[in-house]
Amino acid sequence: MRLNSIGYLIKSGFKGIFSHGLMSFATVAIIMACLIIMGAFSLLVVNINDMIAGLEEESNVVVAFIDENLSREEAIALEPAILAVPNVDSVQFVTREEAADDFQADYDEALFDVITDDTFRDRYVVQLQDISLMEQTRTDLYAVDGVAKVNAHLEYAEGFITARNIVSIISLILIVILIVVSFFIMTNTIKLATFTRREEIAIMKMVGASNGFIRCPFIVEGLILGLLGGGLAFLAEWGLYGLVASELVGGLTGTFISVVPFSEVCWPLLAAFMGVGVLVGVFGGSSAIRNYLKV
Amino acid sequence: MVQMNDVRMVYDSSGTEALNDVDLEINEGEFVFLVGPSGSGKTTIIKLLTGEVQAKQGEISVNGFDLRRIKRRKLPQLRRTLGVIFQDFRLIDKMTVYENVAFAMRVVGASGRAISERVPYVLELVGLKGREKRHPKELSGGEQQRVAIARALVNSPRMIIADEPTGNLDPVRSLEIMLLLEKINELGTTVLVVTHEKELVNAFSKRVVAIDGGHIISDGMDGYYSYEIE
Repeated sequence: MRLNSIGYLIKSGFKGIFSHGLMSFATVAIIMACLIIMGAFSLLVVNINDMIAGLEEESNVVVAFIDENLSREEAIALEPAILAVPNVDSVQFVTREEAADDFQADYDEALFDVITDDTFRDRYVVQLQDISLMEQTRTDLYAVDGVAKVNAHLEYAEGFITARNIVSIISLILIVILIVVSFFIMTNTIKLATFTRREEIAIMKMVGASNGFIRCPFIVEGLILGLLGGGLAFLAEWGLYGLVASELVGGLTGTFISVVPFSEVCWPLLAAFMGVGVLVGVFGGSSAIRNYLKV
Repeated sequence: MVQMNDVRMVYDSSGTEALNDVDLEINEGEFVFLVGPSGSGKTTIIKLLTGEVQAKQGEISVNGFDLRRIKRRKLPQLRRTLGVIFQDFRLIDKMTVYENVAFAMRVVGASGRAISERVPYVLELVGLKGREKRHPKELSGGEQQRVAIARALVNSPRMIIADEPTGNLDPVRSLEIMLLLEKINELGTTVLVVTHEKELVNAFSKRVVAIDGGHIISDGMDGYYSYEIE
């Protein structure tokens, strides 16, 4: 391909979009629709994962009770030893008086007038790094001299791990299926758009055009349509997400449901939409005319 | 220029034997009519010469290209030495007359300046001066075929192959197109015209090659088309 042809070929790609306006519109619309569905599902998965992570964060805690025989100073001095236990992220020392105050704040004081500060022990609230290692961490904490008891909700931890694994596997399978189906639909739409131009391709072959010369405008056209479809799908997803998020936040105040702000996911989503759009456009454009290039 | 020796062609899809034991030689500067009834093998010969299909047996050489051994990526180079004209014109409707012709030059990487010099000259040669901005649908059949001839000519091919170029035209326009092809031949381009129009062939004193059932049954230089179309 000669250098002075490149400008012409790029221009031809742009012209092709307008001269086959209806098919270009159909291609962009299909790319948009597929990306919006894929994006909506991905955002749903992101939000479910975020909710699980939030609940995990709240439950990713064990409480290490200090031996009553230790003085307050000796109890405080245990902090470095507890922090040194693997999987411990942070610790907070809570005195027995603070524990009693918290307890009484949560429940009706009149019902528990027999409970005094002496009923409680000094303790460390230990934040873990990984909830799946909770059982091992509990064992390790028991091994620390001065720790009398460790409370850990292992059943919660197992529940979260199972839920996270199920969500991950199901979402992975569904996303792969959606990508494959969407890719098939999008590339076939581009192929259909190209079918109407087979005569044009045959003429180009007849006058001695090389395959590269014929393919180039179709790739440029596919690239532009893919970018356009990806960009418009992103804007539509943004609007839809904002709408759904505001409805959810307004309607479900006080529940454990929270919505990930769009600003946190917008760049990866934009990159994914543009990437898929370009890939589909270029791949669809070049593969669509492959059959017509064989003569 | 064109050399076919002992050529046999069978279509894989149907198993039909389209040509058998065909020998044909066309020299530089000749004007040749290839005649025969439908299904006789005329179109197969054109497809072989343009590299659209490959023969099962024999030797074919066109403008120095060995078509039995040519690589697919070399086909555009072969086609640039040929100008092909079809019965249905095969113009791009969305392009103007000028663009249809210029397009053939774009394809071979010609510069804008070369195009703007060559296209008006060729359009004038085929009698389409003043029609540059029209679209194919705005032209008569004869004018559309002239555009196709201009497109075939614009890259100065060594040979023009015309497949039933007058099939869609009335007798007067048909004669005009043939006279134009004769003029192009007189300017030095080899011309091969595939047709089954007896009167038209008889109006010119040219070499006539007749084919039937995949065999060449006559090859005369007297310009007389004696073969009776069934």
